[in-house]
Amino acid sequence: MKYVAKKVIGAIITLLVVSLLVFLAFAIIPGDPALSRLGTNATESALAAMRERMGLNKPIPVRYLLWLAGIFKGDLGTSYAYEMPVTALIADKMPITITLMIYSLILMLIISVPLGVYASYKEKTAIDRAIQIINQIIMALPPFFSGILITLVFGVGLKFFVPGGFVSIGVNPVRFFKFMFFPALAIALPKSAMILNLLYTSLNGEKKKDYVRTAYSRGNTSNAVFFGHMLKNASMPAITFIGMALADIVAGSIIIEQVFGIPGLGRILLTSIQNRDYPVVLAVIMLIALMVVVTNLAVDVIYKIVDPRIE
Amino acid sequence: MNRKKRSFNFILGTVLLALTLIPALIGLVWTPYDPESMDVANKLAHVSIRHIYGCDNFGRDVFSRIMSGSGITLLIAIGTVACGSIIGTIIGAFTGYFGGMVDTAIMRINDVALAFPSILLALVIISLMGSGKYQVMFALGIAFIPSYARIVRGEYKRIKNLDYVKSAKLAGAGDLRIMFVHILPNTKAVLLSSVMIGFNNAILAEAGLSFLGIGVQPPDASLGRMLSEAQAYLFTNPGYAMFPGITIVMIILGFSLLSKEIG
Repeated sequence: MKYVAKKVIGAIITLLVVSLLVFLAFAIIPGDPALSRLGTNATESALAAMRERMGLNKPIPVRYLLWLAGIFKGDLGTSYAYEMPVTALIADKMPITITLMIYSLILMLIISVPLGVYASYKEKTAIDRAIQIINQIIMALPPFFSGILITLVFGVGLKFFVPGGFVSIGVNPVRFFKFMFFPALAIALPKSAMILNLLYTSLNGEKKKDYVRTAYSRGNTSNAVFFGHMLKNASMPAITFIGMALADIVAGSIIIEQVFGIPGLGRILLTSIQNRDYPVVLAVIMLIALMVVVTNLAVDVIYKIVDPRIE
Repeated sequence: MNRKKRSFNFILGTVLLALTLIPALIGLVWTPYDPESMDVANKLAHVSIRHIYGCDNFGRDVFSRIMSGSGITLLIAIGTVACGSIIGTIIGAFTGYFGGMVDTAIMRINDVALAFPSILLALVIISLMGSGKYQVMFALGIAFIPSYARIVRGEYKRIKNLDYVKSAKLAGAGDLRIMFVHILPNTKAVLLSSVMIGFNNAILAEAGLSFLGIGVQPPDASLGRMLSEAQAYLFTNPGYAMFPGITIVMIILGFSLLSKEIG
């Protein structure tokens, strides 16, 4: 319990540091948002009024605290470009991106764990080697290229889905999940290859340890030793990696959303960067940071459950 | 791993890198066609003897563009890794060697930055500075600093308590001399393998940023940029997307096979 509390406090500090750094970065960049909103012909008094309305006339520390307080009230500021609350702008995009992330996480586990265990079980056979070679190639696939390949094979070739034919969950849930399978697969594939590799290596490392020999000598069947003893110990590096992979999944989903034309957080982040719509960029970055920190926290807790020796 | 498999990885890695890096190097001075010259007659032309990888939507020769594009991609990767590893090493050396409050504070910020996917950090920097190849290099370079700082700091923390460092101190060597003349060469093995991995990550990150349209800007070609342009023509000319993609895969695979040998 003390361990969890320590991790939670650490996560909160991390988020505060992120918010401070990101806010500062956007506050000190050159350029006057009021000027860019009103244009160069605006009078000085109109500019001053606009700055007042946008809350830009206060000193930066005050602005930061106000912004931070706003977050707790669910107010992420107002978009410069759309002139509407940021919360309203991203509210319907968040579930899409989160669905994509969870979907690819599940796919990643479904693909990598059984295959890694199987390959290790069949170590030094032809099947093992075939899995290793394919794995090595998939590991080198950038997520957007795996997305393009999947579009090419399953979309253009086999016509399993319509490229760019995103359907929102409210319109047709079945088609939504059917469509999202492919972008999720595109994110999951390269990551699964890495987890497979890690699991395989650590399983093979466990095979040589004393406790495995002891377990065999006590008369356990090889299945019992493999699944009852080794798998749990061998899964530690894989869990660590899954934690890191989650951050990559977040980044990957931003790119994959572009490949498959999914209107999620990635899309709004990119358009806002191009429009220099900083309140939106700030909000999306903070949301992503929140997701990364929360998933890392979850991984730390799972770690502790799997291996209680960890301090 | 047995010896035979080792040499196989080494040969395959070298071949893959030769196939991609040599054209990239030649592409710095010569390409079969001007990578930017447009030719309406050859719009989206398929693979042929004249255009071995076909042509893009403006009739530009895809092979020539890959040659010059991989050059830009590699230059960015080199710049990124150089920036990240040099600054990261300096930060890691000072914090690891001296320790104390500053170390704790910097490493806290470092951990935060590490938890962030580097491409996102680069996104933030690019949204502040605008896009273009130098901005990408700078943004990714900064985004790569934390991981090097962390690795180097760990090494310095370990090595500074070894006997040879203590005797150097007794012999009257100054802190800076110990840090960069005595300790630094001994971090070589760790640093080298992380530079190789960093190189791959930099190529992936650049390609990702350019794919999103906020990396390398036209008329410069880059592998990621070509892929994103090619995406609209998957139906009419799939080769246009395949060749830049395969080139990226070959570079990444080549580097990771070689880094296995070195690591």
